[in-house]
Amino acid sequence: MSLLTPRPIACREVVEMLTGYLEGALSRRDHRRIEHHLAHCPHCTAYLSQLRETLRLTGSLVSEDLSPEMQREFGEIYRRWQDDR
Amino acid sequence: MSTQSFRRLPWNRARSAHTGDPDLALLERLRSGDEDAFMSLVALHHDAMLRLAATFVHSHAVAEEVVQETWVGVLRGIERFEGRSSLKTWLLAILCNRARSAGTREARSVADDDIVATVDASRFDAAGAWSQPPVPWTEEVEERIGAAALRSEILAALAQMPERQRAVVMLRDVDGLRSDEVCEVLELTPANERVLLHRGRSRLRQALEDVIGVAGA
Repeated sequence: MSLLTPRPIACREVVEMLTGYLEGALSRRDHRRIEHHLAHCPHCTAYLSQLRETLRLTGSLVSEDLSPEMQREFGEIYRRWQDDR
Repeated sequence: MSTQSFRRLPWNRARSAHTGDPDLALLERLRSGDEDAFMSLVALHHDAMLRLAATFVHSHAVAEEVVQETWVGVLRGIERFEGRSSLKTWLLAILCNRARSAGTREARSVADDDIVATVDASRFDAAGAWSQPPVPWTEEVEERIGAAALRSEILAALAQMPERQRAVVMLRDVDGLRSDEVCEVLELTPANERVLLHRGRSRLRQALEDVIGVAGA
């Protein structure tokens, strides 16, 4: 096998390595194997774009504001700390 | 109070000295006794802290207590923060220590880690190629499903995850910590962090496929 052609990898293995791929945690060789596979496999490419979309949606969960009651409690925590200082 | 007393001035000044990490400017103001800075820090990090605490303890009330105890500890130790990690990482690591002991008080067993395959094995043929490939669904999902429905699907999937998996996904993908920061907060090795992250993300993708794939079909 040529040095330039990575050993083929099955789709079932690819999906197990995609977090490592997205996190930049794969060896250079594995990274190349994944890229080579993705260039030829529309299904794994679709899977990867779903994973990316999942990350985008998860990252856009909106934070809720502090309730007035919690604000009051934190205000008290602060003032007690100031008194003890 | 006069609205003219506007408190943004010192904030802006402080921020200009710390471009990049507004937390540090707030911390500096807090050290000099500025209650608004404290409330801003609390508001900025409350959600992340509460969510993380809830992975260790059963009840929402106990999780809120853990967050409050953490801030008491943070205020008492405020001079000890040396800025070696980000303030957020430091806060969350303190919270984890407190939440662990609260979790022990609650006698919760940390039953963990399902060993679910990333994708159900029946969707591949004997050679490992897709036999039931994913149906594309990533186009305009918010328009088709609605942002609120997507949000509740993600929250439901998060709620069903084993605790450590949920903690890793929330810290990395919801709160945006780096992987090394997640490891520091949760005391995980990089390899373990990645396994948990991988399982969690795979579950989330599957949950979205279940709802969007059906609705989009």
